[in-house]
Amino acid sequence: MSPSDLGAIRLTLELAVVATAILLVGGTPIAWWLARTRSRLKPVIGAVVALPLVLPPTVIGFYLLLLLGPQGPVGQLTQALGLGLLPFSFAGLVVGSVFYSMPFVVQPLQQAFEAIGERPLEVAATLRAGALDTFVSVVLPLARPGFLTAAVLGFAHTVGEFGVVLMIGGNIPERTRVVSVQIYDHVEALEYTEAHWLSAGMLLFSFAVLWVLYSRGRGVAR
Amino acid sequence: MSATDVSLINAIDTRFSITWPGFSLQAELALPGRGVSALFGASGSGKTTLLRCLAGLERAPGGYLAVRGEVWQDDARGIFMPTHRRPLGYVFQEASLFPHLSVRRNLEFGLKRVATTERRVSLDHAIALLGIEPLLERMSDKLSGGERQRVAIARALATSPRLLLMDEPLAALDLRRKAEILPYLERLHDTLDIPVVYVSHAPEEVARLADHVVLLDGGRVLAAGPIGEVMARLDLPLARDEDAFVVIDATVAAHDEAYALTRLEFAGLPLWLAGLDSRLGATVRARVLARDVSLALAERHDSSILNVLPARVVSLDDDAPGRVLVRLDLRGAPLLARITKRSAVQLAIAPGMELFAQVKGVALLR
Repeated sequence: MSPSDLGAIRLTLELAVVATAILLVGGTPIAWWLARTRSRLKPVIGAVVALPLVLPPTVIGFYLLLLLGPQGPVGQLTQALGLGLLPFSFAGLVVGSVFYSMPFVVQPLQQAFEAIGERPLEVAATLRAGALDTFVSVVLPLARPGFLTAAVLGFAHTVGEFGVVLMIGGNIPERTRVVSVQIYDHVEALEYTEAHWLSAGMLLFSFAVLWVLYSRGRGVAR
Repeated sequence: MSATDVSLINAIDTRFSITWPGFSLQAELALPGRGVSALFGASGSGKTTLLRCLAGLERAPGGYLAVRGEVWQDDARGIFMPTHRRPLGYVFQEASLFPHLSVRRNLEFGLKRVATTERRVSLDHAIALLGIEPLLERMSDKLSGGERQRVAIARALATSPRLLLMDEPLAALDLRRKAEILPYLERLHDTLDIPVVYVSHAPEEVARLADHVVLLDGGRVLAAGPIGEVMARLDLPLARDEDAFVVIDATVAAHDEAYALTRLEFAGLPLWLAGLDSRLGATVRARVLARDVSLALAERHDSSILNVLPARVVSLDDDAPGRVLVRLDLRGAPLLARITKRSAVQLAIAPGMELFAQVKGVALLR
């Protein structure tokens, strides 16, 4: 494997780790809210979260590009804050990945929270645990299978993204050129052997992840 | 309820009103600050909702609740203590142990959230009281239904609650498991000075455990009072039941070894039953079914009936066709007799009449 292949792999893993971490932290309150609320906003927020499931990644990439670009409101904000522009940077990839993989993290968490039901929370309250205490000592442990599923799916899905990356990150070696883009480059250049190495690696990785996930599927359901 | 009434200082005072589609609850109650109060009624009568209001799990707008002088809810003054700040224990109907924790960690969950200075029931005491020592290291999903409920009760006790709320803790259990737990509940009643509010729809549980009964129907309080009184009231649906009964709290007065009989005493009257092994002076509770009591105008010594007690007729009420329910007074203690209409007419039974109650059966409840 060439140094640029290895660089792409490293970048992909970094991106997936950072995006998954952000999604677990940020997705948890969203999922908790969706699981518990009776607000009329619930279907709206739920739909927004699920959008990446059905939208072409290019659409997400396109709008993020406009939003984060020099003329976009977020872009002007980041410039004003001295952060520069996010598109065509690693940070931009992270932002894109977080949106793109959001449903894969939020939905398993939401299902896990919903499966816990009202009763354990009431029990905890009668045992003197306040809301935050209950969340940490009861909800988190009971939702652990949901967190594992969310982390694995979020990570794997981020590793597998292509369209959003290409739109918002472009193809800059060591900065935004992830494995999927690298494969695309190899194929464009008719370097099929190199494309094979990376593609087969992705295939095996994805299969292994899903295999592990489905092997403990019974555990998740329970 | 006047604030100067000393007997109510330790009481639980409630005023709740809830209206939901298809259900409403209107309950204004003063429960005694000690012993077991049963919220008794059919399903849908509002007893669980009332219990959840006491716990703060359900919020009745405009409600009021004070427990032993401490105000837990008074919406008129904007007071609502959230559940986790209320010093209460709650036992749910179905198993409610945390599945991710062992029995010991379940027990400690509440305990460690109670300030050391507030702890009055030790964990060891709670464990011993419920007999769960051998279960401590097990995971909660490896327990039987009865064991789970015992752990749940111990877990609630370990928080040293000032009020113990129990929502049909035996309802999800089969008869054998029920029989397994009832003695523990009675022990609780006898050894701890914690007022208990106990929801049940089973008359036999209420008869065994309760000191005070609140009868609920359609979200309204039909009657509330000491169990002996409420069970014997002819104007309540309880007396209409085929198995209508009264409970008698009596002391063990003597054992007759020769005939294997025990003499109980209540209201200065003797009540004989098959030999008990209780010590003299112990308080026991017996149940007498209305259909096991017949009436005689004279005290007869030519029958095999052991217990013939002098009584005065308080009132009588037509029961089912051809039957009459008679409320008797035995020196202050109530008793019910269910006799045929024909007998009532032939004996010319009327309020105020002095006669003899022949008690054919006495069941010992505890």
